[in-house]
Amino acid sequence: MKKLSRAYLILIFIILYVPIIYLIVYSFSAGDTMTNYHGFTWKHYADLFADPRMLAIVANTLLVALLSALIATLIGTLGALSIHRTSKRVTRDVLLNLNNILMVSPDVIIGASFLIFFTTLKLPLGFGSVLLSHIAFEIPIVVLMVLPRLREMRPAMLAAAQDLGATTKELLSRVIIPFIAPGIFTGFFMALTYSLDDFAVTFFVTGNGFSTLSVEIYSRARQGIDLEINALSGVMFLFSLLLVAGYYWLQQRHHRRKNKRQGATL
Amino acid sequence: MTNRKNWGYFLPYGLWLVLFVIAPVALIVYQSFFNLDHQLPLNNYATYFQSGVYLKMTANSIWYALLITLFTGIISYPTAYVLHQLKHRQFWLLLVILPTWINILLKAYAFIGIFSQAGMANNFLRFIGIGPHQLLFTNASFIFVATYIQIPFMILPIYNALDDLNPAYVNASLDLGATRWQTFRRVIFPLTLPGVKAGVQAVFIPSLSLFMLTRLIGGNKVITLGTAIEEHFLTTMNWGMGSTIGVILILAMIIVMQLTNDHDQPGGFPR
Amino acid sequence: MKRLLTIVALLLGVCGLLAYTSHTLTTSSGSTGAKVLNLYNWGDYIDPQLLTKFQKETGYHVNVETFDSNEAMFTKLKQGGTHYDLTVPSDYMVSKLKQAHLLQPIDRSRLTGLTNYDPMFLNKSYDPGNTYSLPYFWGTLGIIYNDRFVKPGSLTHWSQLWSPKYRDQIMLIDSARDILGMALAEQGHSMNTTNPATLRAATHKLNALSPNVKAVVADEIKMYMIQDEAAVAVDWSGEAAEMLSHNRHLHYVVPSEGSNLWIDNLVIPKSAQHYTAIYAFLNFMSRPDNAAQNAEYIGYATPNRRAKALLPKTLRNDRQFYPTRQTTRHLQIYRDLSPNVVQTYNDRYLEFKMHH
Repeated sequence: MKKLSRAYLILIFIILYVPIIYLIVYSFSAGDTMTNYHGFTWKHYADLFADPRMLAIVANTLLVALLSALIATLIGTLGALSIHRTSKRVTRDVLLNLNNILMVSPDVIIGASFLIFFTTLKLPLGFGSVLLSHIAFEIPIVVLMVLPRLREMRPAMLAAAQDLGATTKELLSRVIIPFIAPGIFTGFFMALTYSLDDFAVTFFVTGNGFSTLSVEIYSRARQGIDLEINALSGVMFLFSLLLVAGYYWLQQRHHRRKNKRQGATL
Repeated sequence: MTNRKNWGYFLPYGLWLVLFVIAPVALIVYQSFFNLDHQLPLNNYATYFQSGVYLKMTANSIWYALLITLFTGIISYPTAYVLHQLKHRQFWLLLVILPTWINILLKAYAFIGIFSQAGMANNFLRFIGIGPHQLLFTNASFIFVATYIQIPFMILPIYNALDDLNPAYVNASLDLGATRWQTFRRVIFPLTLPGVKAGVQAVFIPSLSLFMLTRLIGGNKVITLGTAIEEHFLTTMNWGMGSTIGVILILAMIIVMQLTNDHDQPGGFPR
Repeated sequence: MKRLLTIVALLLGVCGLLAYTSHTLTTSSGSTGAKVLNLYNWGDYIDPQLLTKFQKETGYHVNVETFDSNEAMFTKLKQGGTHYDLTVPSDYMVSKLKQAHLLQPIDRSRLTGLTNYDPMFLNKSYDPGNTYSLPYFWGTLGIIYNDRFVKPGSLTHWSQLWSPKYRDQIMLIDSARDILGMALAEQGHSMNTTNPATLRAATHKLNALSPNVKAVVADEIKMYMIQDEAAVAVDWSGEAAEMLSHNRHLHYVVPSEGSNLWIDNLVIPKSAQHYTAIYAFLNFMSRPDNAAQNAEYIGYATPNRRAKALLPKTLRNDRQFYPTRQTTRHLQIYRDLSPNVVQTYNDRYLEFKMHH
């Protein structure tokens, strides 16, 4: 049974990573399309690092993704708390449905209506409008990820904390937030994904020279996407992998040390 | 907690609701009443419901979204379950999310390469003796790639639900003589249902309006509402009709939410 | 909670670092400040070396922003909030932009390279007298075939696509005007017809093509054809050029009975700001050496006849991309049709797509 389940997991991971490995393998191909492999070269990586416009776009993309995901997670978590608190079922249902509207609306509709919205308010298009839009379409997924955790929180736990004299602030920071933290993390990561993947909304609300990677990739499709983009994916992938591994390693060390110290005092 | 304090927490979220949800939706609903000639309200809706093409597209969208959600669920639940039993499970979970950070268009192009006549998938089929097959532009390949894209969005909430599960329940069930399968069916699965439902919402709703994969991988053999909206906004510039379909999608989403939401649980805060 | 705050602080630090990086990268390349030109272009539709050369010669830095369809670009220009100095619409979109009062006339007294252009691409129906536009690249709609599956020279007419021997072999470009236009041209009608009965007949004709259609795809059609996924495709010459350069078994034909002629043009949107830079750029791009360099980089056909003369012989004598007068006589430019007719084209086209 255990062997079977391991095999299954390995299979899933292989499937998840096959297209990415495919992209990275071709980033080393001496040819210039993703069709026939033409022998090894670093050329596409050299091209990438000699292209300041592309590097600026990458920095912009990551900046928008991280910042918007951070803010969306904050607002979304607060939103989930308020939806959860609502005692009236009707109100809660209405709020939830409103919450999900941006998830069901196709990107072109969201992009076009945000564009109309920003231009009516005479807001300049550029970094600010892109950031606001990303925050806007990331909030619902955060709410969706945090809410189930809140639902599983036992009221008795909160009542106990309150009986022990916890203030609202303490209740939030000592009891609720730690309990729903996994949901918050999930929400943050999904918000990141949404931001990195978005093309249509960003396209509509951007301006004044501000561009993100998705917009660049999609608009290059007419000419054929060149392997510099593959090289870029390779670099970004490796970078996030190192980041994730590094974060995890630090966390593990932290835990182990804490455990050891606790062991010593006992 | 006093009510005034709660208002402070709700404010940013409420502001977002008004500015970025209610305002755009009002705009979409308003536009949906106008056709190209700015005639008669509800004209677009009449066109929609009288047109065999649109109704067929709607049926297609719902059917494929259902299939995608179903396959995603079937694949993701065991994955989340096994993943959750691993030692470094947090790390593996992050590895599930990582592929989603690579641009979807690039991944689709990779799949075109993999599924092509001379691609990896066909080489594998040849190797095991089934011979090459036309893989691209089939419903199967479209559903496969769509499922691939959605899997992480299903695994995460299910994993979180499993994480919440108190092992004491499982142990109790096993101690009381239930088999593993019974324990799973009667204890584990019902207790992780909220996670499954969150996953279904996160997968089914966006799947209704898929458009790019239907063209890239499906070769436009599958036409969904997303395709039509894309066309109305970007080709014919008939924003009225596009908005009409948008409104219909929103209504469909509300129905899905009603079906998958828990209504029996009261709000959790003591008051 | 403390850990959560640490993570937030860490992420904010990373954000600051990224903002700084992005800032230095953009200022070092000089994209802010007064000496700029904002070009709104299709992705990868100009040789980046020309931009560097332009900056060296004139001191103007070109900021490039990209779009992926004429209609999407139209929406952006119409909604405002942006200041593009130049953009690159196709023929029918020039007249649509003109009608929406989104363009400003080009001051011809400030142009130095006007005589370099082939008169064949000037004074067209979408912009009589070239008041608003200068041609940038041009091309046709045609048939691409792979000589591994199709005998070379045996496929030269639209009507042959309906032959049962191409069953499940043909890929079509996902564009209502072009695919219906192909059926119209096959039947000898104008590709700009507004007659509903003619359009209906064309749709019936298209439905009969369904068994031969393997897929209806967009930009990715290049990748498919390069990897031998289908024997035949209907696509634009620009895309074809890209495919041919990667797969020597591919060939491109423009059916002599009639097809589409498209021209992409440089125009000045209403919101433009940097006029000296604009005219410097227009003149720079109409210089034969620069236009030829750009045509070699992009692989599209140049409307600049003096630039064409500078191209390598194999390129400028390539009948696939610079067809004979005999063929070009039968080429038709798409007119900007009224929204209702455009809708009819798209509804008919959708019916065809749903048909198979």
